[in-house]
Amino acid sequence: MTTTVGTSHLDHCPTYGALSARELAAVRADFPLLERTVRQGRPLVYLDSAATSQKPTAVLDAEQDFYERRNAAVHRGAHQLAEEATEAFEGARAEVARFVGADVGEIVWTSGATAAINLVAYALSNATLGRGGAVAQRFALAPGDEIVITEAEHHANIVPWQELAARTGATVTYLPVDDEGRIDTSVVDRVITERARVVAFTHASNVTGAITDVAPIVRRAREVGALTVLDACQSVPHLPVDLHELGVDFAAFSGHKMMGPTGVGVLYGRRELLEALPPVTTGGSMIEVVTMTESTYMAPPQRFEAGTQMVAQAVALGAAAQYLGELGMDAIAAHEREMAAELLKIADLPGIRVVGPTDPENRLAVVSFVVEGVHAHDVGQILDDAGIAVRVGHHCAQPLHRRFGIVSTARASAAVYTSAQDVAAFRESLAGVRTFFGVND
Amino acid sequence: MSSLEQMYQQVILDHAKVLHGKGLVEPADGHVVGESHQVNTTCGDDVTLRVEIDESDPENPVVARLSWEGQGCSISQASISVLHDLVAGESVDAGERAGEVFRELMSSRGKGLDDDSEDLLGDATAFTGVSLYPARIKCALLGWAALRDSLVTSGVLTNKEQA
Repeated sequence: MTTTVGTSHLDHCPTYGALSARELAAVRADFPLLERTVRQGRPLVYLDSAATSQKPTAVLDAEQDFYERRNAAVHRGAHQLAEEATEAFEGARAEVARFVGADVGEIVWTSGATAAINLVAYALSNATLGRGGAVAQRFALAPGDEIVITEAEHHANIVPWQELAARTGATVTYLPVDDEGRIDTSVVDRVITERARVVAFTHASNVTGAITDVAPIVRRAREVGALTVLDACQSVPHLPVDLHELGVDFAAFSGHKMMGPTGVGVLYGRRELLEALPPVTTGGSMIEVVTMTESTYMAPPQRFEAGTQMVAQAVALGAAAQYLGELGMDAIAAHEREMAAELLKIADLPGIRVVGPTDPENRLAVVSFVVEGVHAHDVGQILDDAGIAVRVGHHCAQPLHRRFGIVSTARASAAVYTSAQDVAAFRESLAGVRTFFGVND
Repeated sequence: MSSLEQMYQQVILDHAKVLHGKGLVEPADGHVVGESHQVNTTCGDDVTLRVEIDESDPENPVVARLSWEGQGCSISQASISVLHDLVAGESVDAGERAGEVFRELMSSRGKGLDDDSEDLLGDATAFTGVSLYPARIKCALLGWAALRDSLVTSGVLTNKEQA
């Protein structure tokens, strides 16, 4: 740990990169849940932030404050409360837009990242059926068209595209990953053909932690006129992300992985695309004029936000973006790079194989691993007994596991509140797993 | 005994190392065959379990042979191995009864069952500790779900018995 002079975690010194011990202590104090104990009084070591992050007081307070003081229906009602609620709701949208380098009109609230990806897939489907008029015909898919995904994807960025292909006659193809689990961008020119209409890929793998080299994929997709859809669930909470700079057409991320509440996520879409895209979920709050036979629709983002929205969650997600922004994404990324290096030391333990890049550069502090001779569930159980929370299973990425000839892995993942002590406790407990099951060689 | 030791009883660790009945066996002529493939969706673990039913006494069909193939954690694998020992060679009724009692054990939240039930389960009683961990109950039940389903596909269970 480096030491910096400062009075709070907010004035960390960027030149030092990571957080000082004092700054880290201040960050941890923001997360009430980290104080609890588990399994007969053991201090909690939470290494499952890639599944869902814990929530800082600022986020919990924002949601409670909304309900206590400003709760009302947004975008309607001629009273002060409605005005304040709308202001909080739209203010959160602006906050999140700033946080990811987007314009406010490019941020659509969804129930989560899965819903965001499905929204794009169904909008393309509707365009294929002729909905959205001439302007939406650019989105129509036909038999022979290709939807390109990658071998590294979460099921949420695989299944919606398989379903879209089944509905439209398009074919799903994919970019392979290399032996470190990185998406192989050397083959983009071959795999992303002239028939590609959509290229959907992850910004960072929830299994290997590998960060994708976005530029060559976007370059090739543009060359062939394919839409790019970025799964930014793992990147937005842990790295500085500027969607305009990345140049993707759509991006999806979830609130609960970035210290916000569950039940809210974001679809980002380039303004001109959202404007041309037909709606998916229809009903109240997204229409201009409704007659007994037909309706016209509002401009985005409201066109995609039918029905009562998750207002309190959106407001709290705005507070989460603000919290992360104040800590500074550069500082967060630097701290987590240190945690990645600490986590990767498990590769030195006998019988432990890391699935993913073993170098802390260009990867997140998300480390999946196999313990030779011991099933991931059993590994997780031993760690749990020591108060250490990790994820076990296929992490919703069965094809990626299959690529490595395995069914499941255990995964330890960090966040800005993770300490080197957390990781040391994890390594120590992990070192005893093979002895417990009598598989030492 | 810690709850971890309660869960990983020596019986379970032993079975997990030397699995009984593993490796699908070609059915013998004249046996009615039932088979089932079950997946634990949490982790992707799976089992294919095959029963061969000897119906030479129609009143009392017998599970003449039980074999299986699969992959999984120590709990799921040991559970199938113990199931094999409990059910293979026994009557279908006895196998069904063992399954029922094992499912009861899994909902006992670590308390176990009465002496008669535990006598019936034998080694399978070692799984009592697993019932303390909701996430692992599915592991222990994977093979038992396959047994039930394979008895159904074999046709030996009538609809009435399934109800």
